[in-house]
Amino acid sequence: MKRRLFLGVAIAVLGGQAWPQERVVRISAKKFTYTPDEVTLKLGEPVVLEFTTEDVHMGFKCVELGVRADILPGQVTRLKLTPEKAGTFGFFCDVFCGDDHELMSGTLTITA
Amino acid sequence: MQPVDRRQFLKIAGLGGVVFASGLGCASTKSGQGYEAAQDEFFFVQLSDTHWGFKGAPNPDAEGTLPKAIAAVNALDPQPDFIVFTGDLTHTTDDPAERRRRMAQFKEMIGGLKTQRIRFLAGEHDASLDNGTAFKEFFGPTQYSFDHKGVHFIALDNVSDPKGAIGDEGLAWLKSDLATQKPDARIVVLTHRPLFPLYPQWDWATKDGEQAIAALMPYQNVTVFYGHIHQENHFKTAHIEHHAAKSLIFPLPAPGSQPKRVPLAWDPANPYRGLGFRQVEAEKPAEYKLTELPVVKA
Repeated sequence: MKRRLFLGVAIAVLGGQAWPQERVVRISAKKFTYTPDEVTLKLGEPVVLEFTTEDVHMGFKCVELGVRADILPGQVTRLKLTPEKAGTFGFFCDVFCGDDHELMSGTLTITA
Repeated sequence: MQPVDRRQFLKIAGLGGVVFASGLGCASTKSGQGYEAAQDEFFFVQLSDTHWGFKGAPNPDAEGTLPKAIAAVNALDPQPDFIVFTGDLTHTTDDPAERRRRMAQFKEMIGGLKTQRIRFLAGEHDASLDNGTAFKEFFGPTQYSFDHKGVHFIALDNVSDPKGAIGDEGLAWLKSDLATQKPDARIVVLTHRPLFPLYPQWDWATKDGEQAIAALMPYQNVTVFYGHIHQENHFKTAHIEHHAAKSLIFPLPAPGSQPKRVPLAWDPANPYRGLGFRQVEAEKPAEYKLTELPVVKA
C-alpha cells in the first residue's frame, strides 16, 4: 500500500483491498454526472471514496485536495483520504467522455 | 509564470505603432518606423474551436458562423501565407459515423477558403473519443513540424489521449524534433490545450505540459499559440509566450470567474460577441504582431 501526504490530504489508491474500519462513500459516475455530486466529509476522518462508472472510462480530480483517480468500467476504484483542511472544493471528470464532459463536476465539503 | 495583460504584451513584443484590435473590426496599422517588409516577414491566420456540428442556445447561428469567418478571412488583402486551425474543428459525438460526417462537412466548408495552405490541429472534441483515428483520416497526422520562412513550427498533440496529455511518445518526438534546432531558432508551437496550468480546476492545462515547456526552455525564441479556452489570453512562462485564441462558436468565461465553465450566453443585441480569429505577423528576430479580428465587422 502506498501512502503519500499531498496538499493537506493523506491519500492512497487501493486495488481490490478495502479498510473496513473506515467510512466508505460510494460515488457512481455516468455521462455526465456523479451521484452524489455533493459529498460532505469530516476534517481528519479517514474515508474511502469508492467509485464506479455505469458507462465509459471517467476520471475524478480534486485539484485543491491533490487527488485524482481513473474510474474504469467493470471495476471499483477506491481512493483513501483523510481530509486535513476544511472548506468546499470542486471536483471534475478529467478524462474526456463526450458532449457534456465539461459540465461533469461536483463538490467535496470538508466540515470541521 | 506571469499573466501578460494586453498593454504589457504590446510592450514585450515591441508593438509600438500597432493598433491591437479585439473584436472591433480594426486591422493592425504600422507606424512606418522600424517596419520594412523583408523577405522573412509574413503572416498567418489562426482560427480555433469551430465546433462544427454544435447545436445549442450559446450560438443560434452555429451553422452560419463558420461561413462568416471564412468570408472574413477571404476578405483579407493580402491573403495569409497559411491558415492554422488549432483544434476542436468539430463538436464531439459518440457516433463514429456522425463524427466523420461532421469532419467531411467541415473539410468541404473550408474548401471555400482562398488560401488553401492550411494546417490542422486536433482538439479533444475531434480526437479524444477515438484517439485521433477519424481526425487522421481527414486531416493527416496530429503531430508534425514544418518550416516556413525561417520559422520552425511544431504542431503538438495534447488531446488524442483523453486525459489531456502529450504522452511519453509525443514528448520523445518533441525532444527529437527540437534537437534539430539551434538554441536561437525561431520556434512556434501550435497546440490545442494550454501547455501551462492556466486553471487546473477547469482542466485548462496539459497533464504533462510542464515537460514540454522544460524541453522548450533552452530555446530562446519560442512562442505558443493554442485554443481550447474560447477566449483571448496571454501568458508567459519565463521567456516563452503563450497566446490563446478566441473561438468561432461560443465564448467561455474567464478562468475561475464563475463556478462552472459553461458558455457565455448569446447576446441578441450583440451577436457573435466574443468570437473571432487572429492574424499573426511574424517579424525578425522573434516577434509577433497579433491582430484580433471579429467574425462580423461592427
